[in-house]
Amino acid sequence: MIRAALVREWQVLLRGRGTVINPIAFLLLTTTLFVIAAPDAMTTAADQSSAVAPGVLWSLVLLTQLLALDSMYRRDFDSGVLEQTLVGAQVPFVAVLIRIFMQWLSTGFIMVGLVPLLGLMLGLSSQALPATALALLLGTPALSLLGSIGASVTVGFNRGGVILALLVLPLFLPTLVFGADMVISAQAGRSVMPQVYALSLISLVALALAPFATLAGLKISLEMQ
Amino acid sequence: MLGASLKRLWHKLGSPRWFFSLTTPWVTFFGWSAALLLLWGAIWGLAYAPADYQQGNSFRIMYVHVPAAMLAQSLYIGMGVAGFIGLVWRMKLTDVAISACLPLGMVVTALALFSGSVWGRPTWGSWWEWDGRTVSTLVLFFLYVGVFALREAIAEAELRARASALIAMVGTVNIPIIKYSVEWWNTLHQPASFSLTQKPTMPSEMWLPLLVMVLGFYCFAGFIVLLRMRSEILQRESNARWARDWIVRRGFS
Repeated sequence: MIRAALVREWQVLLRGRGTVINPIAFLLLTTTLFVIAAPDAMTTAADQSSAVAPGVLWSLVLLTQLLALDSMYRRDFDSGVLEQTLVGAQVPFVAVLIRIFMQWLSTGFIMVGLVPLLGLMLGLSSQALPATALALLLGTPALSLLGSIGASVTVGFNRGGVILALLVLPLFLPTLVFGADMVISAQAGRSVMPQVYALSLISLVALALAPFATLAGLKISLEMQ
Repeated sequence: MLGASLKRLWHKLGSPRWFFSLTTPWVTFFGWSAALLLLWGAIWGLAYAPADYQQGNSFRIMYVHVPAAMLAQSLYIGMGVAGFIGLVWRMKLTDVAISACLPLGMVVTALALFSGSVWGRPTWGSWWEWDGRTVSTLVLFFLYVGVFALREAIAEAELRARASALIAMVGTVNIPIIKYSVEWWNTLHQPASFSLTQKPTMPSEMWLPLLVMVLGFYCFAGFIVLLRMRSEILQRESNARWARDWIVRRGFS
């Protein structure tokens, strides 16, 4: 049952390539725009590190995630697959969790792989790159999980994008604080363990709560249809 | 015995009509308490409390700022608790409570931000500092805006009630996490004026008026929330006989 759901979600991911490629393209594009708009803030010299790079990186990650969240449940919602899944699933909780996991695979996980490239563009010091990748690995699950709540409530709206942003961005704030702070600490050569614990805590709390809230949100949205 | 009567009270609270008749005397009580406490606290705090040895008279903004900030948080948490009760027990009244707390909470949060900014100018030397607690209040304001936008977007009452209850609950769970993360991020704010575990650092001539003001603000909030809830109930139950009778008896038609 779970395996079938996993296989199905995986195939959806592979076939709808746009959902994977578009957010990544958006992330790279906005990063480019930022560097072009503020060339002095980004130093690419090897021995120096940029002071604004961690904040820019994390803000753009948040916005990219937000963009990807809008379509998280939309297609399945419109085609009726979502309703069938929730009605048919023995444990709807697991079905929701699988969808969130796939959404994370297609956004947060790929961003982790892009860290060297993003670091190069923004002028992150090379010693901070492993910590940056770790920060994204620990922090982005929380973004997918918390974002899923907002996406589930707004999926029935014709234009839910702005409301989704208003609902979800305040919830992203703790992840942003600790994620960016972890990169700053790594650049300065300090220990990053406090931020590792904090980001893990946020992701675990989100993991415990978000699937239930998402389920409740999806039920509301399905009734709205 | 007590448990049984509490349970009965709980079930009765589900009835708008019962709630309405129960709270009729409360409105008067909260209204008058708020008026008296706010007047007393304002005169005491603004005219009689001694000036601060460092901040001079500008510290008196605290008598508005601190109660407003406390109320801002309490009202959001109140919305979250109401949302939880509404989702679990499907009580209609809780959505009335959320709709009553929401505008007041937004106004009070804005007041806390504004009064803090006015106080920050002479004290910190700038209208706005990106200080930890300032930012968490600002984020609280955005959380209110999110619930407000969501309620505006859903036309159907029952679904609006459930969606906003869910989001208010999620926001309430996140409030402490946001607070701690932002405090970690940066803090130059005054430590909290009141805490349950420690004696205030101010002399009693300064904090007693503040206590009066806090009580006054809470009574005022109780007054406004009840008033809004009651008019919302009358509107929703306008087809019910008792509501029409009540309106006619009060001379409105």
